[in-house]
Amino acid sequence: MTTTNPDAPVTTPPAAPRKEDRPVGSGRSERLSALVQQHGALAVLLIVSLVASFSFDSFATGDNVSNMATSSAFLAIVALGMTFVIITGGIDLSVGSLFALGGVLAAWGSRHGTLVALLLPLAVCGLIGVVNGLLVARSRLAPFIVTLAAMLGARGLMLSITDEGADTYLIGKGSVLAELGQGSTLGLGNPVWITLALFAGGAVALRRTRFGQNVYAVGGNEDAAALMGVPVARTKILVYALSGLLAGLAGALNAAWLASGVTILGSGMELDAISAVVIGGTLLTGGLGYVSGSLVGVLLLKVIQNVINQIGSLDSSYQQVVSGAFLAVVVIAQTWLGRRRQLM
Amino acid sequence: MAEATLRTAPLDKARILQWLQTYGVYAGVAALLLVNSVITPYFLTTENFRTQAVQVAPVIIVALGMALVIGTEGVDLSVGAVMALAASVTALYLGYGLLPALLAVALFAAVIGLANGALVAFVGVQPIVATLALMVGGRGLALVLLPQLKDLRNPSLASLGSGDVLGIPYLILIAAALAVLLAFVVRRTTFGRQLLAIGDSRPAAQLAGLPVRRVLIVVYVVSALLAAVAGVLATARLQASDPTSLGNLMELSAITAVVVGGTPLTGGRVNIGGTVAGAVLIQLLTATLIKHDLPPSWTQIAQAVVIVAAVYAARGRGKR
Repeated sequence: MTTTNPDAPVTTPPAAPRKEDRPVGSGRSERLSALVQQHGALAVLLIVSLVASFSFDSFATGDNVSNMATSSAFLAIVALGMTFVIITGGIDLSVGSLFALGGVLAAWGSRHGTLVALLLPLAVCGLIGVVNGLLVARSRLAPFIVTLAAMLGARGLMLSITDEGADTYLIGKGSVLAELGQGSTLGLGNPVWITLALFAGGAVALRRTRFGQNVYAVGGNEDAAALMGVPVARTKILVYALSGLLAGLAGALNAAWLASGVTILGSGMELDAISAVVIGGTLLTGGLGYVSGSLVGVLLLKVIQNVINQIGSLDSSYQQVVSGAFLAVVVIAQTWLGRRRQLM
Repeated sequence: MAEATLRTAPLDKARILQWLQTYGVYAGVAALLLVNSVITPYFLTTENFRTQAVQVAPVIIVALGMALVIGTEGVDLSVGAVMALAASVTALYLGYGLLPALLAVALFAAVIGLANGALVAFVGVQPIVATLALMVGGRGLALVLLPQLKDLRNPSLASLGSGDVLGIPYLILIAAALAVLLAFVVRRTTFGRQLLAIGDSRPAAQLAGLPVRRVLIVVYVVSALLAAVAGVLATARLQASDPTSLGNLMELSAITAVVVGGTPLTGGRVNIGGTVAGAVLIQLLTATLIKHDLPPSWTQIAQAVVIVAAVYAARGRGKR
């Protein structure tokens, strides 16, 4: 099996059975399927953006693009962590709550200096991520249920910090934190640059490090990975910790951007993040996925949202219908491609 | 003597654990009832019991369908959206009378269930993803059909929501009847056995020649229909259609009730009685905390603890 070779980057799902049954010369067709799976979303994004920029004068303007980029940044950071979790075959439903918790903690901590404002959400959300990982990896509980509990628990914690959502903590103007969220460099908001840096780091970690190989191996076939000496439990704990950490960071940056910790944010965010990751070509069964795809997935969701806003006559609830339909089409296409690759 | 203790001790522990796994949820409900009757004023009143039961009835109805889906090793995230859709469709067709409106709701729900089932059974999409698409799209559709809250003043709808037989509200009777019906289906019918066999091992069920696809589709349609029933009943009780918030997070409440009730997420087993008790347990827990002026945030944390404890207790049961 390809996944169990720790020296090669893993690109094919390990489930591909009966390698010897494949007809000779199927490599090209298989590569085409893989290409569509990896870059299909990018092609759709380009087409939708192109059509939108011809259809609406206000779409391709600098302001609109930079707004879209900044508002995508926070979801993208959350989706980055989710990508790692999903590649290991898990899922993290707690990110929306951790996003809100991170924002509130950052705003609360901003009175005690930027360092506290940034470290507090990272520490708390990272710790909750570690607990998620421990319950999943050591106690072998279903990730779905563990992170569901964490979602409730983190929201409860956030509400108790804010006196049941009544208190709003503000972030002072001109502070380093506010500059981090609201300032811009070279015409793009700082959150966008941070996001791009994080994605670059994430891509390197996933493709070029032992940790990344372990993530693929665990998602590909956990038992095989364990037999090969991959530290399965440690890898799982790390991905959930990473997901919690990134959700907390995204929340903190978002709070800095809005200049306050808003308690009602982040609900339903886990689903947006999962949708973006899936649209980006990462398989929910684990073992296969791309960091770049998740970024494209987030952008696609935001562009669809923006286009529907531009069509003033269309109700904004159409956005959900379109996103849902889009998700269904992508998932069907992916499953079909995956099956073709297995059959070939 | 000492030897005998040593020899039986592990067995006893296993037995206690097994007992807890099967009856823990009932013990929890009993304990909460007992504690509340002592510490909570006005707890032991018919009025209170009726309120609690009417509140929990829609959760039970949705959770029953969810239990069947989870029995096949699936999950249905679209139930909350289906509830909202049912509310919107009821509002749209109520002008033609209650029965036509109900038929329209059933039709919409069946189509959603069919779509979920077809994605899972024919395309081979993972249940969580297949139903995620309709969770997102379904609520959108509900909002497209009816963008905002709408008052529904209709005598027959109102009587459905607040009517009763011998003092027992329709909502409770309907939930109880559905629970009994589904318990019968799971335990005594061929369909029930096929469902559990598929949840145990879909490849094995396929090899054994069971109608896997048909059973899966029926299960998702049943789940959608039950969610629609819950949506209509909730709408009838509110006398208003509220597509934005009706059924919000219902998928999570239903999954929680099922899991706390002792149905493993790995499929192959369905515990209908436990599912009902699971929903009641969470309702009672919430009510207890609220009645004693503890903030809502505590409720969520308590719920989280109960979920983890229940799943931890159920660990290792059934297949891994």
